[in-house]
Amino acid sequence: MSDFQRALVTFQGIGKSFGAVRALCDVNLSVQAGECLGLIGHNGAGKSTLMQVLAGTLSADCGALLVGDQEVRSSYGVQVARQHGIRCVFQELSLCPNLSVAENTRLMSPAIRGWGWRRKARALIEASLDQIFPGHDIRGDDIVADLPIGKRQMVEIARAFVRVDEHLDLVILDEPTSSLDSRVAEQLLQFVRRFVGAGGSIVLISHILGEMLDTCDRITVMRDGRVVEIRPATNFTHASLVECMGSTAKAACEQHVFVSRRAHGSPVVAQRPARQANAMTVNAHPGEIVGLTGLAGHGQSQLLIQILRHRIARGQGAALVAGDRQNDGVFSMWSIAENITISSLAHLKRGALIDPDAEHAMAEEWQKRMGIRTPDMGNPILSLSGGNQQKALFARALASRSDLILMDDPMRGVDVGTKREVYSIIAQEAAQGRTFIWYTTELEELDYCDHIYVFREGQAVLDLPRSQLSEEQILRCSFVEQTA
Amino acid sequence: MNASTSLPLKGAAVKSPGLNYARLLRSTLPGVSLAVLLITIFIMQPRAMSYMGMNLMLNLAVPIALATVAQMLIITVNDLDLSLGSFISFVACVAATLLDQHPVLGCLALLGCIAVYALLGALIHIRNLPSIVVTLGMSFVWMGAAVLLLPAPGGSAPEWLQSLVRIKTPLLPFAIIVCVVLAIAVHVFLMRSTLGVVLRGAGGNPLAIAKAGWSLLRIKITMYALAGTFGVFAGLFLVGLTTSADASIALRYTLLSIAGVILGGGEFVGGRVSPTGAVLGALTLVLAGSLLSFMRISPDWQMGAQGAILILVLALRTSVNRLEARPL
Repeated sequence: MSDFQRALVTFQGIGKSFGAVRALCDVNLSVQAGECLGLIGHNGAGKSTLMQVLAGTLSADCGALLVGDQEVRSSYGVQVARQHGIRCVFQELSLCPNLSVAENTRLMSPAIRGWGWRRKARALIEASLDQIFPGHDIRGDDIVADLPIGKRQMVEIARAFVRVDEHLDLVILDEPTSSLDSRVAEQLLQFVRRFVGAGGSIVLISHILGEMLDTCDRITVMRDGRVVEIRPATNFTHASLVECMGSTAKAACEQHVFVSRRAHGSPVVAQRPARQANAMTVNAHPGEIVGLTGLAGHGQSQLLIQILRHRIARGQGAALVAGDRQNDGVFSMWSIAENITISSLAHLKRGALIDPDAEHAMAEEWQKRMGIRTPDMGNPILSLSGGNQQKALFARALASRSDLILMDDPMRGVDVGTKREVYSIIAQEAAQGRTFIWYTTELEELDYCDHIYVFREGQAVLDLPRSQLSEEQILRCSFVEQTA
Repeated sequence: MNASTSLPLKGAAVKSPGLNYARLLRSTLPGVSLAVLLITIFIMQPRAMSYMGMNLMLNLAVPIALATVAQMLIITVNDLDLSLGSFISFVACVAATLLDQHPVLGCLALLGCIAVYALLGALIHIRNLPSIVVTLGMSFVWMGAAVLLLPAPGGSAPEWLQSLVRIKTPLLPFAIIVCVVLAIAVHVFLMRSTLGVVLRGAGGNPLAIAKAGWSLLRIKITMYALAGTFGVFAGLFLVGLTTSADASIALRYTLLSIAGVILGGGEFVGGRVSPTGAVLGALTLVLAGSLLSFMRISPDWQMGAQGAILILVLALRTSVNRLEARPL
């Protein structure tokens, strides 16, 4: 890229932390006018956070954000971004389902007003849809709740390109093709090229490598909150992209001798994911730790819920360690002890009532085993730190007599020390014959698993025994080579 | 029932068939249930089908319709107002005492009431409090204030207010005209104006509204202030009709208004409300009471029977919703 081109937006040393987690660290990047910049990286690499900073929905902690030559970080926001002609199509849909397509358009464009604003909004969004997705079959009067997910995504994209007396320089598309079928996705990518050709800029985030290589002018690879590589797209190949995304200097961890437990015996779980097209099942044998991986939100959590439902329906039960602690995990008004014993109450009864001594004893035992740091297990659960709350949730699952433990990315936002302690307890319990199915977004955690299933678009696409585990292979399977 | 016969007729006009049937059925349900109720009343008591009869039956419908609209505005932003009844009672007491004796002071007090509502909206949003708890608390505050103002039933509504609510209009009774104007005005504001779109959007997907750069705080304040305004209108209209007030004059309006919104096709969450439906729902509730009187059902049983009618209509609604939720 030549230096003569005008830098539309420049990040200089941008950093952003959420508590102890550094989401972005010293990011330097610029978007030129008239280019399509690709942004790629594995889970938690910081792509979406960086784009939220650009769109004005998150503010950076440090560094400078330049629009043109102007430093704007201190007073940046959604409206300011919009005034500068920067818009974003977010990954999670941001349409109001109770409103019509035209009304949703108006939400984003305050310039549509006055008498007959509905007609104007309808004409604008339909024109935008026609331009991007010819033959779309969406009307401005349709209520968004009535549209299937793919069409909602089309509306969301088309809405970002509606302009009324405003300039539009840069549109961020965060996984825009994730719920579009291949024909419509192709229409979108062609439109992106036309838009860029006319002097606009696009930042494209996608997990489909072919799409990125064909559409983008430059591709930026992010890892662990940093930009690790920027090259013209023509200098990348599938293989080199995957290689860049993986961490190069990986700490050599002690590799246990891998002994497959699958030689004999029947699996505890053999579940076919709901969206699986072929006959592949996710299996777990007694005493195994089975890892689920792939990009976040590609059906791993759904599989866990599916297994749980299936087990409950057959009266076998299973314990689930929730990842979303606040929503699915803790009973926030209860004590630590009550939070742990809730799943074992059936075994703590004397007659029809709960035996307080047995409950107390169980809580004490698990405090010791998990090392929960509190002076009194009768304290409210929210008095614990996040990591210790998570230990309590592990204790709840392990204290139950269930032989199958499902874990839904439970280590998010947990400190390293706690993680180590929990890993060793999981290994002990597995050695005693308990089975674990563990969805994790952290690749290092897969080293503890006996078998790893890689998920993509709701399907298990690869079954790796630990002996063949390689980060490269997981990355390659998580990202689609070509548009399906 | 009527619902099934009117369906194919209207269905023909729908552009994408199948998909919108349920929505159409749902939006016609409040009108249909009101029509069924009216026809039943006219068959049982033909004399009700006159200017006089309608006026008598719908006399007290206007304050309930106003209260229902107030409740609907709160429900639009996924909140619930449990203090509405006691608030309207308080307004009635203010109107029967302060407004009558010191008009300026009375007007200021009423404006203050609206300001308190706006503050409640701000408080609920900023502190992220459940609206049910806050308004439940406020209901005791309003009730206490009303008792302080008017310890025993009495007072008298200002003359101008009494004559205002008793205007004799040609052809149609005043109550019907007010209800129609109310429904149209709120419909235009909430469903057709650009501001209304933002306000409803805040109920449908607050996050999206915030991301689009609108202030949720201002939206909440606007909605609560508007609800307070309609509450004040309801209280004034009510006291104009009854001429005197008492501290518990409108307590039942809280539940009536919620029932009216739901009968009118509104949902507790998701910003799905209908102003015309809400007004129709309020009228349905009032007429259900009249119908039971015509049926000579003893007042002891009336409350229960009214509840039964409510459950019947809601059961119909639920089955319509189920139709709507069927996978595409």
